Amino acid sequence: MCGLGGIFNREGRRIPGDDIITMARMMRDRYDGRGGGFAGYGIYPKYAEYYALHLFFRDEEAKEATEEFLKDRVAIIKDEEVPMRSIKEIPKENIVWRYFVEVPHRFKSRKDCAALEEDYIIETVFTINDEIDGAFVASSGKNMGVFKATGMPDDVARMYKVEKYKAYCWITHGRFPTNTPGWWGGAHPFNLLDWSVVHNGEISSYGTNRRYLEAHGYKCRLLTDTEVVAYLFDLLVRKQGLSLRTAAIALTPPFWKHIDRMPEPKRSIYTALRMTYAPAMLNGPFAIIVANRDTMVGLNDRIKLRPLIAAKSGEFVYIASEEAAIREIQPELEKLWAPRAGNPVIARLHDDVREEVIH
Amino acid sequence: MVRNFPPDFVVRVDKEACINCLRCVRECPFGVHEYDKEKKKWKRHHEKCVACLRCAYMCPTQAISIERSPMEYSPHPVWTNRVRKDIKTQAETGSVILTAMGNELPYLNYFDHLVLDACQVTNPSIDPLREPMELRTYLGRKPEKVDLDEYDGVELKTKIAPNLKLETPIMFAHMSYGSISIEAQLSMARAAKEVGTYMGTGEGGMHRDLYPYADHIITQVASGRFAVHEEYLKRGAAIEIKIGQGAKPGIGGHLPGTKVTAEISETRMIPEGSDAISPAPHHDIYSIEDLSRLIYALKEATRYKKPVFVKIAAVHNVAPIAVGIIRAGADAVVLDGFRGGTGAAPQVHRDHHGIPIEVAIASVDQRLREEGIRHWGSIIASGGIRSSADVAKAIALGADAVYIGTAALIALGCTVCKKCYTGKCPWGIATQVPELRKRLNPDEGARRAANLLKAWSHELKEILGALGLNSIESLRGNRDRLRGVGLSDVDLEVLGVKPAGR
Ligand code: SF4
Ligand code: SF4
Repeated sequence: MCGLGGIFNREGRRIPGDDIITMARMMRDRYDGRGGGFAGYGIYPKYAEYYALHLFFRDEEAKEATEEFLKDRVAIIKDEEVPMRSIKEIPKENIVWRYFVEVPHRFKSRKDCAALEEDYIIETVFTINDEIDGAFVASSGKNMGVFKATGMPDDVARMYKVEKYKAYCWITHGRFPTNTPGWWGGAHPFNLLDWSVVHNGEISSYGTNRRYLEAHGYKCRLLTDTEVVAYLFDLLVRKQGLSLRTAAIALTPPFWKHIDRMPEPKRSIYTALRMTYAPAMLNGPFAIIVANRDTMVGLNDRIKLRPLIAAKSGEFVYIASEEAAIREIQPELEKLWAPRAGNPVIARLHDDVREEVIH
Repeated sequence: MVRNFPPDFVVRVDKEACINCLRCVRECPFGVHEYDKEKKKWKRHHEKCVACLRCAYMCPTQAISIERSPMEYSPHPVWTNRVRKDIKTQAETGSVILTAMGNELPYLNYFDHLVLDACQVTNPSIDPLREPMELRTYLGRKPEKVDLDEYDGVELKTKIAPNLKLETPIMFAHMSYGSISIEAQLSMARAAKEVGTYMGTGEGGMHRDLYPYADHIITQVASGRFAVHEEYLKRGAAIEIKIGQGAKPGIGGHLPGTKVTAEISETRMIPEGSDAISPAPHHDIYSIEDLSRLIYALKEATRYKKPVFVKIAAVHNVAPIAVGIIRAGADAVVLDGFRGGTGAAPQVHRDHHGIPIEVAIASVDQRLREEGIRHWGSIIASGGIRSSADVAKAIALGADAVYIGTAALIALGCTVCKKCYTGKCPWGIATQVPELRKRLNPDEGARRAANLLKAWSHELKEILGALGLNSIESLRGNRDRLRGVGLSDVDLEVLGVKPAGR
């Protein structure tokens, strides 16, 4: 059991972290203090064109090794310690540092330069997580960052001074771990490049998904099933170019009995997606919120075995595990609803929020 | 010399109950029961009895029971009774020992050392009686990705290669007309059609009685090339090139001319009474390039409308061979493990060649993934699949679907007496003798074969439910949901499975 929350401003107007902290606090029953975290989009406007790497280091040695490695791979525009309060609730087990980096110019002349750059960053992240002992990349997107640790979400927020950042999209997670031990890196949001995921539940298809991703060059080393969600979005949407809606059809497809009743050519399309993305299908009880630089998506498993509520109020879209978490920060709602199993709720910048009907 | 062979079985007849109806004499195809009408005396040739139990079940007064012979050689752990009998047989005949069905030696059965996971608390199990539970499986090549002209159902730009649609991931294995009766084939064809799956013709062609079920039949092209012509290829749902068979890797087949009846001759397109020889290799396949040519020749002949599978025996190097097969253009590779059955095989081959299907699945699936071509073709596993649990474990190890042969025949009445090669199957399955064939009613056979598929499918759904999954694709290759019990580190590594407790 975990508590999820997300706030998204459709006009891209940034709000401080207070509301998302309140949202997390309202779901106190859903977590036990062994993991909490936040991701904010739009928090580094001054460095918006650089990849912001948030890193955990167990000690100075790990930091030095990482910097040695980074120096040769990327241009570090700026680096600094992530400002933190020391609080008694969370012993500080890591040095937390952020680097604003740029990819060397060698890709610039290429037509697919953006994609190559992103692959390069992913490779960098995987290498650090994999090969440098005691170093872990918590987030690697542009103009965004992940703040997480082992602790209650509001303690984590206090430690990282989350209230001081301003973002147009915030997501949060309070963890009640049942499958993997709690450590800072294992807390949510889980991030890769622009993708951040918070997740409540279990991905029972993890083994299938992981092996599918590994065949596509992703390295699943975090001992948590959530990472596959981020990688799947990265693979399907960023690399293969599916729309978010189509990706949702691939990840939580309708049952065959519904597909068989669809008119053509819809039936063929859904059939092709299910056949092709069978190993990407997410199975098991889950509710997730996925965000990237212009979108926030809420998604449930195909039979909705975990709660997820969506709501809208003016420019704001809210998604949370519990209605109370939304009502507490915004009592005046135009609309509040429980999305159907397997239907993604997609909020986009400069666009409306929609529950895409695929089921 | 005294022929000192103790019989395997003894036939016991309750004299009180016996009414001398002579039914057993007619029922036993092996001539065990003999009645001398003049002397009014019975003689039982115990040494010929194979414990098929036919006579026991047909005796109207249940007077017969078949028992293991208490007479054995003095026990010895190395020179077992079987070893001694085999040596004596060969000393007597000077020939290869023929047998049937699958490997009999007590190799480790990996399936029995793998256990499935189940949900408790944190991930709820799913009740298949309340929630949808999906077993549908597509066999064949899948694209790397789907290109759409968005939006909702506008246009599918990716062309999807022909696939077989299975409503349950279990098919009936290739058993040829000739090795088994048309009644047995018809039973499986009807069951396959009813349940939404497929059966294989084997290499004996497609008897015309099977035509109504042809859309649920996979035709086979084997080294003898029996019956292979354009119509045959086009009639089936898919084509399977048979390179090898788990029960006898590396060797061919031989249907004696005495079994090539008029109907078999017509179906196989060979002269009546002539021996039907399947050479060990295909004489036009001496390399992977040759195989690729045959695959594409068959695709050309069928206008690229039928998936083409390639079946091999699981042997030591199965992973690179399977990769080669998929790269050569096959839409699926069929792996036949060393426990796979057969109608006739030399005992030495059946028992000593090849590797277990479980490790073959694991290594082929892993290798295809490492090469990034797992989606190019499906993996169909066969050879020793005995239950829905074996099916689930095979799929979790990485198979897309399985073939069942022996299990299907058992459903039709086979008692695994291992005498298929004699052509005298007491249950009307592996025989062409009209009186014996009558023993299998295809209506009843179809019902039982379909029941078996339904029962296993039902169990598979229950297994998925316990695993908290509602679709078979989430079990495929999901080795995280398996644990090994009593396996060595190396076994676990090859299978890609953790030990229980981890
Ligand atoms: S071989 Fe079969 S039919 Fe013949 S005696 Fe033995 S059990 Fe009876
Ligand atoms: S098919 Fe017939 S001959 Fe072969 S093992 Fe079964 S019962 Fe015996």
